[in-house]
Amino acid sequence: MRYVVAFGRFWYDFIVGDDWRIAVGVATVLVAGAAIILAGMGGEWLAPLVGMGLVLVFALPVLRAGRGRAS
Amino acid sequence: MIQGLDTGQIGLLVAVMLASAVEVVETFTILLAMGITRGWRSTLAGAGAALIVLVIITAVGGYALVEWFPEALLQLVIGTLLLVFGLQWLRKAVLRSSGLAALHDEDATFREESEAARRAASQTVLGIDWFAFVVSFKGMLLEGLEIVFIVLTFGLSAGDLPMAAAGALASGAIVLVVGIAIHRPLSRVPENTIKYVVGILLSTFGTYWAVEGLGVVSAEHHSLAWPGGSLALLYVLVAWVAVSRVLVAVLRRPETAAAAA
Repeated sequence: MRYVVAFGRFWYDFIVGDDWRIAVGVATVLVAGAAIILAGMGGEWLAPLVGMGLVLVFALPVLRAGRGRAS
Repeated sequence: MIQGLDTGQIGLLVAVMLASAVEVVETFTILLAMGITRGWRSTLAGAGAALIVLVIITAVGGYALVEWFPEALLQLVIGTLLLVFGLQWLRKAVLRSSGLAALHDEDATFREESEAARRAASQTVLGIDWFAFVVSFKGMLLEGLEIVFIVLTFGLSAGDLPMAAAGALASGAIVLVVGIAIHRPLSRVPENTIKYVVGILLSTFGTYWAVEGLGVVSAEHHSLAWPGGSLALLYVLVAWVAVSRVLVAVLRRPETAAAAA
């Protein structure tokens, strides 16, 4: 059991890291992008829009973490 | 321009070399601490055993990924992994450059590992110092897995696994040669700068491929197209650089950032 926990922790640290909000944000934006394609609404604008969403879900948690450490 | 290589291959080689360099330096620090305090025989045995495991993982993982997954799905999965991995590095680099997180200190790591090695009891199994073997094996395996991950993700997505592997090997050789020459931890490597550059590169390629891979859910299962095709890599890169610099500027603490920049 100890090895299973250690294995799980290793992969969690490896993929999610210090701030789970970023990983969850990335997953949410990609799922939203996939939903738009599935709804047949995709176009040339979709890739840049999803890209901007990814930038946003990175910037907000980092700002939050930074301000938390500074205060 | 390196003779015989096109711009894409050079970009791939440089990205993998830089990304691997950080992990290789960390591995080298652990092995150096073990080798000096507990002896090189057991240290190299542990590192060698881990290297064999890593080669098997790379070969099996690479083959399975190429054979079992359609291209768009591969782009989505690999791109997403690359992106979340790269954003972790970028986050650390932004916080360190802002003076809000401590810089990584290879000298401190070396001191801690050496001290732990001196205190540890000696237990010999088949003529091998068990403590040195296990610490070296774990250090090499864990840091090495990150290098395997970088080689597989970059190599498969760019369709050039040998070039990605060559980048990692070149990086390892350079660190090893420099490390042996100076025979101490590579504390002068500007790790935060490298981590920042690598974080930007991983996030750029990750964004590009993950978004392309979303096309797997379309009726045709074709990759989603970026306006401008592969030129999009350039504006995605510019976007990540811009947002990270803005974050550093907004979060910067003047009293500590000077040392971290």
